[in-house]
Amino acid sequence: MTTRLAPLLACVLLSMTAQAAEVEALKAGVFNPAREAPDFSVRGSDGAPLVLSRYRGKVVLLAFGYTSCSNVCPVTLAVLALAHRKLGALGSQVQVIYLTVDPERDSAERLKQTLASYDPTFIGGTGTALQMAAVRESYGVTAEKIGTGTDYAISHSSFVYLITRDGKLRALMPFGHEADDYVHDISVLLN
Amino acid sequence: MRPPRKRPWIVAVAVAALAAVAWAAFTPVSFGSREEPFEIPKGTWARRMAGNKVEILPSHVYLTLGIRDVLLLKNLDDVPQIFGPTLMMPGQSFRLPFEVASSYQFACTAHASGQMTVVVDAQPDTPWRRLVWRTRRIFRVVA
Repeated sequence: MTTRLAPLLACVLLSMTAQAAEVEALKAGVFNPAREAPDFSVRGSDGAPLVLSRYRGKVVLLAFGYTSCSNVCPVTLAVLALAHRKLGALGSQVQVIYLTVDPERDSAERLKQTLASYDPTFIGGTGTALQMAAVRESYGVTAEKIGTGTDYAISHSSFVYLITRDGKLRALMPFGHEADDYVHDISVLLN
Repeated sequence: MRPPRKRPWIVAVAVAALAAVAWAAFTPVSFGSREEPFEIPKGTWARRMAGNKVEILPSHVYLTLGIRDVLLLKNLDDVPQIFGPTLMMPGQSFRLPFEVASSYQFACTAHASGQMTVVVDAQPDTPWRRLVWRTRRIFRVVA
């Protein structure tokens, strides 16, 4: 019995050690234990339904923002695009998903145009106000409308979520980190 | 003419003060761990819902690069808690390292005020910086 259990225990120990090393190694904030990333199905900027669970097998970088954002989102998207380029061939194993916090103005077409100017592989997601609010709630993302009329702004969470290839919400990168930090963490998660 | 009166206690105090300053300036700052841990205890949400004022985390958390620069939050409560955009499930922890000295604002439902500020100081790597760091730390503890 002991002989049979030994390899199993060794595997569990190795897995725990690897997980602890991963937690220590990342530059992003790390959840422990990692939970299942809440799944969602919204309208994708490519015209098809955007379902998170369809990206199993890739590391997903999930960001929340809106195309009219003038300060935070352009920086986040530029950093993600640079990181994606720096990853080279590994970039094909990474998917950036950008969900709007402003479904009122951000149509799928508008998201597509904006994201294409950063990286054509990025996918945006939009939907009804209720749909998007439910997704935000499941991730703990805040978004608050500031101003009235058509020229309003939205104060929103600026973190980027890092989802592992097996669909676990492992970490989040605070705003202000450079592309190299993303490259570093993505490499850790891919390995 | 009378010789000046000796006041040995003044000399002793001056020497002690100098020794304290020298120690504060020249002894490297160190902690056992780089993590600053905080726990949201079980029952926090229930106590708050019952109308009790519950402050678990300080409104300001002070970290220092290279010495204690990792914020470690543990949610031991029975319900999810939000720290910034971080939704922590019951039993989950969140480890956030900092690499840039700055002041960071976070929304936090574990606070009655809903706000938390993390101040990250630069590494005190010279005698003067160590002196300033230790003096500031005393004032923060007293305040």
